Amino acid sequence: MLAFTLRRFLQAIGVMLAVGIIAFAMFRFAGDPVNQIVSIDTSAAERASIRQSLGLDDPVLVQFGRYFINALQFKFGVSYQFRLPVSSLLAERMPATLELAIVATIFAMVAGILMGVYSALRRDTILARLFQAISLIGISLPTFLIGILLIYLFAVTLGWLPSFGRGDVVKLGWWSTGLLTVSGWKAIIMPAITLGLFQMTLIMRLVRAEMLEVLRTDYIRFARARGLTTRAIHFGHALKNTLVPVITVAGLQFGSVIAFSIITETVFQWPGMGLLFVQAVQNVDIPIMAAYLLMVSLIFVTINLVVDILYTVVDPRLRSTVGRAA
Amino acid sequence: MSDAVVPHRTQDHQAPAGWVRRALDSDIFYSFRRSRLTMVAASITLLFFLLAIFASWLAVQDPFDPAQLQLLNSRIAPLWTADGQSPFLLGTDEQGRDVLSAILYGLRISLAVGIAGVVFAGALGIALGLIAGYFGGVVDTVIMRIADVQLTFPAILIALLVNGVAKSLLGNRLDEISTLGVLVIAIGLSFWVQYARTVRGSVMVEKNKDYVAAAQLIGLPAPKIMFRHVLPNTMGPILVIATINLALAIITEATLSFLGAGMPDTMPSLGTLIRIGNNYLFAGEWWIVAFPGIALAGLILSINLLGDWLRDALNPKLR
Repeated sequence: MLAFTLRRFLQAIGVMLAVGIIAFAMFRFAGDPVNQIVSIDTSAAERASIRQSLGLDDPVLVQFGRYFINALQFKFGVSYQFRLPVSSLLAERMPATLELAIVATIFAMVAGILMGVYSALRRDTILARLFQAISLIGISLPTFLIGILLIYLFAVTLGWLPSFGRGDVVKLGWWSTGLLTVSGWKAIIMPAITLGLFQMTLIMRLVRAEMLEVLRTDYIRFARARGLTTRAIHFGHALKNTLVPVITVAGLQFGSVIAFSIITETVFQWPGMGLLFVQAVQNVDIPIMAAYLLMVSLIFVTINLVVDILYTVVDPRLRSTVGRAA
Repeated sequence: MSDAVVPHRTQDHQAPAGWVRRALDSDIFYSFRRSRLTMVAASITLLFFLLAIFASWLAVQDPFDPAQLQLLNSRIAPLWTADGQSPFLLGTDEQGRDVLSAILYGLRISLAVGIAGVVFAGALGIALGLIAGYFGGVVDTVIMRIADVQLTFPAILIALLVNGVAKSLLGNRLDEISTLGVLVIAIGLSFWVQYARTVRGSVMVEKNKDYVAAAQLIGLPAPKIMFRHVLPNTMGPILVIATINLALAIITEATLSFLGAGMPDTMPSLGTLIRIGNNYLFAGEWWIVAFPGIALAGLILSINLLGDWLRDALNPKLR
């Protein structure tokens, strides 16, 4: 157990080192940092001195070491477009992304479990068929099309919900939250649905399949024989046993939700890290791209590590990995 | 593939000789004919391919040629509405560009990038999977470790990063054609893992079989054994992955273009058209975004349905 945990931990550090090398290579070699800082009419001597002061003449290994130590302290350099430290830009944008991701995940879990249970228990009803159709759409349609469709329906045609932004935010220390105002909740509905739809279909399919499987097992038959109510059997016994894989998948998917928020945030102009990243790609702002890569990798690797370790704690049979292929 | 099994049905009509007959008699074709949804999906996919191939003959104007665009014709609603004008069946956009023509040309680019991306990803993944599976040992460990790590990251993130780095390295030298190349590389690098894993798994099984030992005994070189003898036996699952990946590749390209990191406005794919059209949604000009969106959704849905069917048809366990 300890050996397994330790090995997983070392692997996670290995992954982070590899990602760090890629991020450093992007930072250092893709685009000249000096050119991005100075204006066109800066003389060659000035350029050389800036180059010197940034430490770009040092051996590559030394530079990597410096980048690495800085990254450990969350110093990712200065953004080319905003001329501000990347870390403060990311910190400012992080609450928006995390709030969106959490609300989307909760939506996906609640709706996914409800729809999954329903379509497992009432398999051939019209509503169950409708849920299946929705899940096909959720898997096939690109995220941004769903977002545009929602905007057209609820913002342009009906005018019920705002089409962009976070609404009014409240400052709680350094954390800015939109979840304490009515306009904030109104603003988060459509982005959260758009972002959570894929997860929702995934969870719904999973719950449906697991429920159908569990309902066939002996202990359910025994519970029926004991004369328990259908409600107690379905929700007390069957559903409870489907929840372990559901929570695992939802946990593993949380990293993907954050990464996929890139698209949702662009559609809804949601001021989070994803939007920052897309603007960085458009404007070739390498320090932000490298830092975003590191941040997202850290979140991914941490989640995977925690889930892997929890697996072995909860159920040794569950060591196979569950994840999204793409 | 098990399509060469004993025919279990007799056909009433005189089937033509040779491979056509074998194809018509095969289990695959049988399951194809039995599923109406699959036939619809196949027809729609075929229709999209034909529309893309013959775009320049079908379109009423060349949407890339500024000389053919007239501002007088801008923002015309679709033909069946009150403000419609012939010959603009699906209306026009801000620059007087016929939406239908733009979709036809965009379809061509979306499909081209998608297919090229899948081919590139497939070539890369198959080669690496063959090498990993055939040689094993350290090579295998290194390749599969990279694959494991990459699988944790969503393809769209990798594609965006590759795109951003390429933009930074090439800068202003990036024209339409090289953007297309960058997109293909970005998609290829994001999707190779699945092929590599599948091929590696099959190769590990195949390489212990007698025919491989025989080939080694008569002294055939390793690459020849890998590509000529082992690879053909792993093609079934590869075909399924390729079909499903085509839909994913088209989605990825469209998403990149929508995010402004893909095809430029001067040579729009469906994703670019949707991004442009999205700006006019609030002005009530819904058709500029709606029709490219419907085209994209229809294309992806029909390819996905085909892929699902192919997966079931090639899996003898499900029969």
